[in-house]
Amino acid sequence: MKSGSNLERVLEAGHFSVTAECGPPRGADPDHVRKKAAFVKGNVDACNVTDNQTSVVRMSSIAGCMLVKESGVEPLLQMVVRDRNRIALQSDLLGASALGVRNLLCLSGDHQKFGDDPQAKNVFDIDSMQLIHLVKTMRDDGVFPSGDKLEGAPKFYIGCAVNPFADPYEIRVPRLRLKIEAGADFVQTQCIYNMDTFKRYMEDAKKQGLHEKVKILAGVTPLKSAGMAKFMNKFVAGIDIPDDIIKRIGDEPKEKQAAKGIEICIEQIGELKEMEGIAGVHVMAIEWEEKLNEIIDGAGLLPRPVIEQEAVSP
Amino acid sequence: MITGTPKPIEEILEMVEPYDNIIVAGCHGCVTVCRVGGQKEVEVLSSTLRLAREAAGNALSIKEMSLERQCDPEYVESMRPVVEDYQAVLSIACGAGIQFLAEKFPKTPLLPGINTGFLGVTERQGEWAERCQGCGDCVLHLTGGICPVTRCAKQLFHGPCGGSTAGFCEVDKDTPCGWQLIIDRLKALDQMENYGKLKPYKGWSASRDGGPRRIIREDMV
Repeated sequence: MKSGSNLERVLEAGHFSVTAECGPPRGADPDHVRKKAAFVKGNVDACNVTDNQTSVVRMSSIAGCMLVKESGVEPLLQMVVRDRNRIALQSDLLGASALGVRNLLCLSGDHQKFGDDPQAKNVFDIDSMQLIHLVKTMRDDGVFPSGDKLEGAPKFYIGCAVNPFADPYEIRVPRLRLKIEAGADFVQTQCIYNMDTFKRYMEDAKKQGLHEKVKILAGVTPLKSAGMAKFMNKFVAGIDIPDDIIKRIGDEPKEKQAAKGIEICIEQIGELKEMEGIAGVHVMAIEWEEKLNEIIDGAGLLPRPVIEQEAVSP
Repeated sequence: MITGTPKPIEEILEMVEPYDNIIVAGCHGCVTVCRVGGQKEVEVLSSTLRLAREAAGNALSIKEMSLERQCDPEYVESMRPVVEDYQAVLSIACGAGIQFLAEKFPKTPLLPGINTGFLGVTERQGEWAERCQGCGDCVLHLTGGICPVTRCAKQLFHGPCGGSTAGFCEVDKDTPCGWQLIIDRLKALDQMENYGKLKPYKGWSASRDGGPRRIIREDMV
């Protein structure tokens, strides 16, 4: 075991895994996180805690992870390289590991232009690919990237994100391969709506045997309404929602559109479960955590497996 | 070249408000090429300031000067015989030129008449675009001659990020995605193998993060 995390144990035991995410609040209220964690508990193997997503200032992801952990849910720390240089990244990694966080997702981070502080200075000292390498070096070699020995290596199951729907397509699989070479253990994908493009992506990844080198968790997001679908399709870079999905939701009366969105999400999970090389799903029910149980249960993924914990040195 | 944009005339008028006589100093280097700080711009700015101050009943005497280069001691010295006859110098050279005048003439207040921009090229008449950040450790041979530090909004070394759409950057729909440009060019050059390698963490100490930089050429000193 590399980290001994629950997510790692479930995936390594060959189970189809489930993760979800909690966005921390725009404030210091811990109950906000606890309420979300209560919806997540029992439905997932680990729960992502986002790191100032869309560059909007929120409670720190490490603090959010601790609140999630105290609620009895295994946290998955998202960490972006937008706001921290390599000194701060290393320091936060050590702190998070010391506090018992065992899963990590290495990200670039949305550009600050999209947030509430567009005048902020961005960092991007290293990129997300290099963050993966940095964490792996610390975990496996027990040294800082500078070469100095660590007093206790951080234990993380190392994740990365991929977006099969961004351009240019031809670089998407080579980029996944690079992330695996850098040290990624698992992948969470951008929300998948266009199954044809995703199947093509997986076929190309499988040709290089990448599905055997990394655990691929397919990302899904239930759509609350046809309006939300149209908005995301038009304004969120790297999101591709086919017209037939928008139409299926739009054909419903307003009050039934959310239920249709959930039905479609469950169908998508069903399809992804059958796809070779997919090791799990990452359900991003954005500000809709109360529906997680319905979706995950509906997809036949409950109860979540319990795998005995091996002794892992701290 | 180093590019720049004129400061708003209101801001310049506020800067020169305390003075009765100033030098407006242009430069025949980069700022002449990008039409922001050459002799012609000195003339236009000086006329505008004179007219505005006359209209306000508070005349401003201006000496117009244009140096060959404000960043070179040889040319800066041409200003020395007259500089102390004026209360301030309004320079419309780049930030380097303005600071060099300040250094050479310590008793004279220096006022910036332009906002210095970036190291760029003339893409077409009246349009300049950034190409280099002077980071001190060039990787253009690996990236198809297109700079990831300058052309990618996140300065990624393994781009593009998920925000690249149809060749454009999510930060601005009119800005080409730097990594799309890099990939297109690597393909055209049959150098895609350069993409598939993990690059070492960049040493930013050669950039401004190492503090103000200096180049000493022993063979020339």
